[in-house]
Amino acid sequence: MTISVTINGEQKELDVEPDMPVLWVLRDELGLTGTKFGCGIAACGACTVHVNGEAMRTCTLPVGSVDGAEITTIEGLSGNGPDLSALQQAWIEHQVPQCGYCQSGMLMAVSGLLAENPNPSDAEIDAAITNICRCGTYPRIRAAIRSLATA
Amino acid sequence: MKPSRRQLLIGGTVLGGGMLLGYASMGPNRPERAQAMAAGAGEHFTTTWLKIDPDNKVTVYVPHSEMGQGVHTSMPMMAAEEMEADWDLVQMVQAPADNVWANGPLGKGYILGETPIPSILTGLVNASFFKIAEIMVGQITGGSTSVRFTGQYGMRVAGAAAKEMLIRAAADKWNVNENELVARLSYVHHEPTGRSASFGELAAAAAEYDPPVNPTLKERKDFTIMGTSKPRYDIPSKVDGSAIYGADVQREGLQVAAIRQAPVFGGSVKSFDGSAALAQHGVSAVVSTGDGVAVVADNYWRAKQALDLVEIELDDGGNGAVSTDSIFAAFHSDLENGDAEEDFETGDVAAAIAAGGTTIEAQYQVPFLAHTCMEPMNCTVEIKDGKVEVWVGVQDGLTSRNVVAEVAGVDPENVTLHPLMLGGGFGRRGPSASNFVHQATKIAMQVEGPVKLLWSREEDVQHDYYRPATASHMVATLDENGQPTAWVNRYIRKDEPGEASQIPYAIANQSIRYVESPVHVPYGAWRSVAHTQHTFFNESFIDELAHAAGKDPFDYRMALIADKPRHTAVLAKAGKEAGWGTPLPEGRVRGVALQQSFDTIVAQVVEVSIDETGSPKVHRVTCAVDCGAVVSPDGARAQIESGVIYGLTAALFGEITIEDGAVVQENFPDYEAVRMAQSPEIDVHFVESDAAFGGMGEPGTPCIAPAVANALFALTGKRVRDLPLMNHDFTSGPRLASAAD
Repeated sequence: MTISVTINGEQKELDVEPDMPVLWVLRDELGLTGTKFGCGIAACGACTVHVNGEAMRTCTLPVGSVDGAEITTIEGLSGNGPDLSALQQAWIEHQVPQCGYCQSGMLMAVSGLLAENPNPSDAEIDAAITNICRCGTYPRIRAAIRSLATA
Repeated sequence: MKPSRRQLLIGGTVLGGGMLLGYASMGPNRPERAQAMAAGAGEHFTTTWLKIDPDNKVTVYVPHSEMGQGVHTSMPMMAAEEMEADWDLVQMVQAPADNVWANGPLGKGYILGETPIPSILTGLVNASFFKIAEIMVGQITGGSTSVRFTGQYGMRVAGAAAKEMLIRAAADKWNVNENELVARLSYVHHEPTGRSASFGELAAAAAEYDPPVNPTLKERKDFTIMGTSKPRYDIPSKVDGSAIYGADVQREGLQVAAIRQAPVFGGSVKSFDGSAALAQHGVSAVVSTGDGVAVVADNYWRAKQALDLVEIELDDGGNGAVSTDSIFAAFHSDLENGDAEEDFETGDVAAAIAAGGTTIEAQYQVPFLAHTCMEPMNCTVEIKDGKVEVWVGVQDGLTSRNVVAEVAGVDPENVTLHPLMLGGGFGRRGPSASNFVHQATKIAMQVEGPVKLLWSREEDVQHDYYRPATASHMVATLDENGQPTAWVNRYIRKDEPGEASQIPYAIANQSIRYVESPVHVPYGAWRSVAHTQHTFFNESFIDELAHAAGKDPFDYRMALIADKPRHTAVLAKAGKEAGWGTPLPEGRVRGVALQQSFDTIVAQVVEVSIDETGSPKVHRVTCAVDCGAVVSPDGARAQIESGVIYGLTAALFGEITIEDGAVVQENFPDYEAVRMAQSPEIDVHFVESDAAFGGMGEPGTPCIAPAVANALFALTGKRVRDLPLMNHDFTSGPRLASAAD
């Protein structure tokens, strides 16, 4: 069966097993390596992308379940334009990433949160952003979110 | 006798008329080998860390791996500072894993005996002095060494030498005295006549001179780049998904391998049946690595799915009966009965204890810890016509290259290692921790074309090189004023850094000894290494003494470090900024810890409460840090924040247990990490001193566990003597304090 998805605005017809997780379609079939593999059980959030505007973890999400969906990955977060999004710029201003491996997933999770709730409280940030960063960039992530929320 | 310092600055011209400048140092006790190294380095045009192009661009070649610590920015800052380069004209290139960019100055610090060899190199270092020098040139990133050694002894010296050569070139060109010239923002100026020339214009002529061996370094008060916070070079690529980590490598015809390893350490594959896996769509091979079986396919998920179909017969290497309980039982038995080797002795503890007073005794222990870098271990290898190409993110490019060469049976010169970004290091991707590099090479030897081995998280948790479990038996005696007169520590396993077990406190009689109690669990350097266990033991026990003496634990420490001005300044700063002794909200208390590691002194004061589930909640961590001078304040602050959270994860949740010889934990739910909701507010305050540059990657980690445990004692009366904290129940127990203790 062919699965049809729109990825970063581009229509893709995929001839893959429907139970293949979206993560591996992105990384190993389409070469979009910005979305990361961290745990394989949806526990760490490194693989977060937007599916129809909602932040979702893709390492356990079968591609067959997103037939017809619009997917945005980190490569498309700036809307495919030349300029980074305000969120990405805030990440640079606050020098958030360290090793950086979790940051694609972080940015997708945070942009998902801000789309729903442009001015989240600390408790709302804690509840919504459950991705793991082993470098411990959480204080800077919080500061960057606050800088956007109060802008 | 200390060997004398020999160093070699190497200069040359670039094609098109620029200038190259390199720097090498070597151990002199084997002149013939040193000569061989110098001759190798005599490929003058490539042994280089600095390049000045005719268009006035400066390129700094950084011989260290970027794993989030900002080294790709701090190293160029140190070179550019001394050069008087315009920061806007400076760019960075990561030096390839090749001997000509070997990290000579990293070795020099050890060779001169100026510092102990960092733990990350244990297992590699033998007693041979020159051997150490060879290892040090392995492009190793670890031991919090980059600023301390490569930066201080390499980048700054090369930058200063370049400046002197450029000034000399200008002096000759204009026929003026060198001391009338000044270098500023990538130009040399002759102010009496208003003449100026760019570094780029002068570079070709400058390259004709022999580099000065001992150029004059700037004084700290004159720094204009060091001490400022420059945006990190690597960050933009980490916000748009374009940064390429080892796991992201793409090659024409690339295949991907998933592996299942023998679960028991020391175990191996006796036989396997891969026929069912081989029949799966996309699968091309099922191969043994000796310690595991790998399925090779055109897509990781396909390889991983097919791996479940492989039937494997394993042996356990004779370790199938080992458990956490049996390991700790052996530790405690060995502490009581084993021969204790001397670590540090002063005074006469037996006499001090016999003299009477209050004796306090406690047993401490800590578990094994995994690193869980966010990027699971991976390595891509292609073997073709006797040549090997490797794509990997590691902390030791040159030694990894040698591992590949040895496994593949080729000379290292036939191995090209492409260094990529590391999705976390923390010691996991350092020397002697290369099981995944071994395996990738073995797999590549059995298939056609490039193959990428990617571990699952389960393999990562269960086949790490672990922070060792250790135990400590502490005894101290207090006199009638509550002052300690004897400090006795018997602990398991001596690790690097050697000084980690020592205390800064003025106690006249000390006996610190250790007993070896070997385990089958692989040992690894884990962020701050032996400091993690010893700081928990020592800073908890000194806290016990303070409470036994009926004294405030902060004041108690201050009195015992009165003869150490740097420690005093750091602890005082942490106490002042944290408001030690001032009231806190109901149910919240403070705890404190202090430790010197990697030449940096850190004090941390935490504010802790117990949440509605009975779990500890850390609200705020105030850090005071003396690392001498700070190269990049924002980057240094980030490293301390990172160290605190890495240590807090271990303190709250970190525990690898062993059953039937194998690791029990598998993934993040049962090897949890601090997330946003548990992440405290962290304030970092630098206390600058005249001391040499201290390390930054690790010193933030050791204090957090004891600081939190000490606060929990103040809050609940329960003294934590083993980690992690999640194993303890804090819902009961008397409240000793509800405000500042």
